[in-house]
Amino acid sequence: MNKPVLAIAEQREGTLRRITFEVIGEARRLADKLNTELNVTILGFNISSLADILRFHSPDKVLVADSKILENYNSEAYINTLTDVVSKIEPSIVLLGATSIGKDVAPRLAARLKTNLISECISLDINDTLLTAVRPIYGGKTRATVTSNTPKYQIATLRQNIFKPSIENSSKTAILEKIDTEILPENLRVQIKEIIPPPKTVVNLTEARIIVSGGRGMKAPENFKMLEELANILGGALGVSRPVVDAGWVGHEHHVGLTGKIVTPELYIACGISGAIQHQAGMSTSKCIVAINKDPDAPIFKIADYGIVGDLFTIVPLLTEELKKMLRKK
Amino acid sequence: MNIIVCIKQVPDTETKITIAQSGLDIDRSNISYIVNPYDENAVEEALRIKERLDKGAITVISMGPARVTEALRSCLAMGVDKAIHLKDESFEESDSYGTALILYEAIKKIPYDIILCGRQAMDDDNGAVAIQLAELLNLPHVSLINKIEIDETYCKATVHRKTEDNIEIIECKLPAVFTCHYGLNQPRYASLPGIMKARQKPFQEIDSDSLGLNKKEIGKAGSKLQVIKMEIPSARRAGKILEGEPQDVVKELTRLLREEAGVI
Ligand SMILES: Cc1cc2nc3c(=O)[nH]c(=O)nc-3n(C[C@H](O)[C@H](O)[C@H](O)COP(=O)(O)OP(=O)(O)OC[C@H]3O[C@@H](n4cnc5c(N)ncnc54)[C@H](O)[C@@H]3O)c2cc1C
Ligand SMILES: Nc1ncnc2c1ncn2[C@@H]1O[C@H](COP(=O)(O)O)[C@@H](O)[C@H]1O
Repeated sequence: MNKPVLAIAEQREGTLRRITFEVIGEARRLADKLNTELNVTILGFNISSLADILRFHSPDKVLVADSKILENYNSEAYINTLTDVVSKIEPSIVLLGATSIGKDVAPRLAARLKTNLISECISLDINDTLLTAVRPIYGGKTRATVTSNTPKYQIATLRQNIFKPSIENSSKTAILEKIDTEILPENLRVQIKEIIPPPKTVVNLTEARIIVSGGRGMKAPENFKMLEELANILGGALGVSRPVVDAGWVGHEHHVGLTGKIVTPELYIACGISGAIQHQAGMSTSKCIVAINKDPDAPIFKIADYGIVGDLFTIVPLLTEELKKMLRKK
Repeated sequence: MNIIVCIKQVPDTETKITIAQSGLDIDRSNISYIVNPYDENAVEEALRIKERLDKGAITVISMGPARVTEALRSCLAMGVDKAIHLKDESFEESDSYGTALILYEAIKKIPYDIILCGRQAMDDDNGAVAIQLAELLNLPHVSLINKIEIDETYCKATVHRKTEDNIEIIECKLPAVFTCHYGLNQPRYASLPGIMKARQKPFQEIDSDSLGLNKKEIGKAGSKLQVIKMEIPSARRAGKILEGEPQDVVKELTRLLREEAGVI
């Protein structure tokens, strides 16, 4: 039998991230293709309930590293634990989310195991036993298809919101296995002192299904209330272009684009955003794009599914009202 | 305090990219290059650290072809003290691990307290080299930093790591590798005297043999990945422009979003 496929789950503050299921879904697909086992590993503290959830997502085995030292992401504690897990099960493929955790740990793991790493994949496949992947490069202006040249420990990180998530399946429950960690806190060179949450509870942009975004055309910080209201009605999140962050109108956690976040929502509504190439780099793979801009020549219209040429200060409030009516009727 | 900054030269983010005849790389005949923007943040931060502490030396280092000289010179003009260009035909087409290995061989021979890199290079968009360099040097690393303070003993740094949702305040023993995030600082422009002075600053070129590298481990030969295709994604097609009275246009939009796009 081929070596197993390993999916690395991601939890923060005791909650499983959505990317976890996307990673498991894809890992299951690859494992089936390779006719091999799927193992899932999760790191954290007091996570037995999370491990139980994972068991119902059809892995063959769930490896649980439950320790105080793994409570929050610590690069050294995580890398050491994951190296142990990988050395133990010798997977052919290791999949992680392309998140601030996955992208931090995967390169180090690859270097330690002297193996390859494919970052930010948007599609994966297997050719014999070798992993092939498509990944956007040059800020999404180009796509490269790459293949690994060794079937051992092929590591890939998966871009969020692209892969089909696994679904709960009550018929099959995996075995649980404990992973011991013998890391002493005093040996860690990296120590987390404090975790500061964003100013108020913002929906995680990279996971958001709908994003309402504003650019320099919003004119002033107080006008973003209007977009927040629209986002609220749609159950979405607020995004912004870079000048908005640079001006200090809205926090960096909302920043979409080449230097900000790459998002793939089902609906992206761009208000007063010209659609510069660097902004597009962060949002052009959204499933549906709406642009509201008073300049008919704004580049955003070239990629928008629906465009409204007009003053956003007229359009947005009307749209909010209309949606309120529509969604109330539902 | 010795600071090393690893920089990469990348195509200007404004540049239109086309694919080369081979279908395996971009067409490089008409590209203007810049210093990777995140690496500029790293250079700027190194300068600020040195200014704050009022002592230290900053070395920029880059692996790449002849054109990279220009990128290194522009860092010298910003105020960096010394440049090292790792240049050898055998380096070409290295993957991230190969690149990290080349940088490692060069860096392990020189003194350092802090190594600053960018979050990712805006060409391959990997975000791997810096972290792999840390692994090879057996140093701790913190990625995505948007603030750094150095302890006065130079033994540790306190950094802010900006993740999707939080800011993590992390204490890290030095020496260490940090990757700089957007928003860390606003890089300065080179001044005219800076540009003049840059010409006199030490500029070293190092090749593969003097680093004692095994050519099987680097470049195309050592690459653990192979590009089998490169293509421009099919452009999104412009959709419908809705016209009419705002009230009607908005009604039509919500209808389309529900019935045609099925997203609300
Ligand atoms: C290396 C690099 C990285 C970058 N990274 C990013 C990034 O990550 N994200 C990003 O967004 N940018 C990034 N940029 C900046 C980018 O090039 C653009 O400058 C930026 O995206 C423009 O933002 P904007 O569309 O909000 O502003 P503008 O380009 O000024 O556009 C404002 C738009 O609002 C419209 N408008 C004004 N008033 C109204 C109104 N009343 N009603 C309707 N429409 C109105 C205008 O017609 C205009 O189209 C980067 C640049 C560089 C060089
Ligand atoms: N060829 C190179 N020479 C020097 N530094 C590099 C090189 N490639 C990458 N780096 C550094 O590593 C960071 C991450 O690059 P990458 O893994 O290619 O996205 C960059 O921001 C640079 O700081």
